[in-house]
Amino acid sequence: MAQINLLQAINSALDIAMTENERTVCFGEDVGQFGGVFRATSGLQEKYGKARCFNSPLVEQGIIGFANGLAAQGTVAIAEIQFADYIFPAFDQIVNEAAKFRYRTGNEFNVGKLTIRSPYGGGIAGGLYHSQSPEAYFAHTPGLKVVIPRNPYQAKGLLLASIRDDNPVIFFEPKRLYRASVGEVPDEDYQLPLGKAEVVQTGTDITLLAWGAQMEIIEKAAKIASNDGISCEIVDLRTILPWDIETISNSVMKTGRLLISQEAPLTAGFASEIAATIQSECFLNLESPIARVCGLDTPYPLALEKEYVSDYLKVYEAIKKTVNF
Amino acid sequence: MSTELYDDGPVVHQPTFIDGTSVEIPELRILRQNGTTYPKADLPDIDQVLATKIYQTLAFHRVLDERMVASQRQGRLSFYMTALGEEATSVGGAAALEPQDMIMMQYREQGTLMFRDFSIENFMNQMFSNADDLGKGRQMPIHYGSKELNCMTVSSTLATQIPQAAGYAYGQKLQGLDAVTLCYFGEGAASEGDFHAGLNMAAVQEAPVIFFCRNNGYAISTPSDEQFKGNGIASRGVGYGMKTIRIDGNDILAVLKATQVARAYAIKESKPVLIEAMSYRLGGHSTSDDPSGYRTKEEEAKWQSHDPVIRMKNWMLQQNWWDEVKETALFEKYREEVLAAVKVAEKIDKPHIDTMITDVYDVPTAQLKAQLDEVKAHVNKYPEAYPFTAGKF
Repeated sequence: MAQINLLQAINSALDIAMTENERTVCFGEDVGQFGGVFRATSGLQEKYGKARCFNSPLVEQGIIGFANGLAAQGTVAIAEIQFADYIFPAFDQIVNEAAKFRYRTGNEFNVGKLTIRSPYGGGIAGGLYHSQSPEAYFAHTPGLKVVIPRNPYQAKGLLLASIRDDNPVIFFEPKRLYRASVGEVPDEDYQLPLGKAEVVQTGTDITLLAWGAQMEIIEKAAKIASNDGISCEIVDLRTILPWDIETISNSVMKTGRLLISQEAPLTAGFASEIAATIQSECFLNLESPIARVCGLDTPYPLALEKEYVSDYLKVYEAIKKTVNF
Repeated sequence: MSTELYDDGPVVHQPTFIDGTSVEIPELRILRQNGTTYPKADLPDIDQVLATKIYQTLAFHRVLDERMVASQRQGRLSFYMTALGEEATSVGGAAALEPQDMIMMQYREQGTLMFRDFSIENFMNQMFSNADDLGKGRQMPIHYGSKELNCMTVSSTLATQIPQAAGYAYGQKLQGLDAVTLCYFGEGAASEGDFHAGLNMAAVQEAPVIFFCRNNGYAISTPSDEQFKGNGIASRGVGYGMKTIRIDGNDILAVLKATQVARAYAIKESKPVLIEAMSYRLGGHSTSDDPSGYRTKEEEAKWQSHDPVIRMKNWMLQQNWWDEVKETALFEKYREEVLAAVKVAEKIDKPHIDTMITDVYDVPTAQLKAQLDEVKAHVNKYPEAYPFTAGKF
């Protein structure tokens, strides 16, 4: 067990996946010798050769199209999109191809061996085009799985599970935490379950739900709220699609209140889907309206990033408002 | 390192622009319309057995297209697409391959499946979206596919198969297989971003894929001179650093020869090849299309005189491998078989209601099961509104 950061945890998972199956390949822009702009694939080309870890041309739709073909052929394809903000040229290959491959072919073919890795989210002074959280676009697409880890331990276990899962998975990595989040991670192989949320802290007054980098925000807000005597139950959704309705419902039936916080803009974000489902599942248990603490419905700003983001103070205020409704 | 790439050409000291005419692209022709071959033409590897199989496949293609258009007009089928006039591109391409080679179709290459003996029942079950369709009744007619025959299921989304073919072929190469991927698309689809992405990635990664463009003159109603201004699609292959050939797509021997040589090259050098086959879409884009709104009868008549099936028949007659008695008997047999198969397929039930939620994921999720249960309860409540499934689960 070593203290490593989130990038090193990703790298360790990729290393294990490439060792265990020689038909595993990693590729994307600058992924080869350079090891990716964030160095997530560092050392992999050196260890496994240029045929299995390589640079792609600068063409996202080509990267995912190529990966779809590889996966359909039976190769384990781990494709990197350098920033989630740049995933949109590949939208058709993801939404119309990867997600529907098994369904439209009647299971004659599938791309279950596809995993798309991409750094997402703000907090790095990246402005409009290096800060987006596009998970909701993909959550609206049956056939995909969407996974977001909150720390190094989660990242390694969830990435290994994503690579081995027999469905196409988009694995969004919170880039703000790449080096900032450090924790104990086993050297050996392990997996964490997809489609399962995790109760990180039990509480009685309100359920706080988030995913990825937003987890440490709600944890900080919960800590302050506890000074006010408010007991928060903290849940990490971990898998956005298909999501764990049962764990969230059980928590809300117990606490009677739900606050969801996401980095992405408010309108039609995944928090909205959760709110709709939970009001239906837990209507008679709810003591107050479900709160959503999200980004504004604007592009992600640069100079005014602090004001824009759903930070711990905004979450803290929403906790008090919800509990005192 | 990379700048050395540009040190090949002559250096000039006055601005000197080049254009498409700087690269002359020859067109391979082997067979004349009267069934004779050009003197000194390199013939493909073909014997009487293969030639007969190819010709019978072309004949079946003609019959199936003719009968299915008729079925659509009678209201028995929702939609159909013929490949009238360009059958040689698909049948000849498939005939040049080995069974282990993957074929990725666009949508007008049902001839490849016919050559690989996709059964008439499989064609019908797909077109009638019934319970026995390999695709489980999920896609519109003509979206065939077969894992067993290494024919990737057709997707309506144009050109998406092009970068996928590059990836598929790269996987074959990594495994060290004696196999290539043949990827079909039209000249219209070659305007999509995926075309450029796919060719570039195949060239850079050195994937053993044969890109096969059917340049049939039209993308629905848009003629190719409103689709691009360069020298066809072939000129782009050169730009991506790829071996490229232009052929007469109505010349079955040219299609066979070019694809045979391309396959050998792709395997030996482990690199991609681009084939541009010049042809003409004699039929409408689909049964929903009426070409009289955008082209003349004279233009169609001109291309009818280049009919690829008649051209091959003429060659077969010259070889003494075929005669009119065989011809009449074969077409009659196929017409009867197709008609009989239509009657069977249209009576087979629609797929079971449970198939609505299978294959979205490898295993249906709890949410999907709950949604299906709701639909079933609803169907049971209003059975007369859902005649395909009511009382059948």
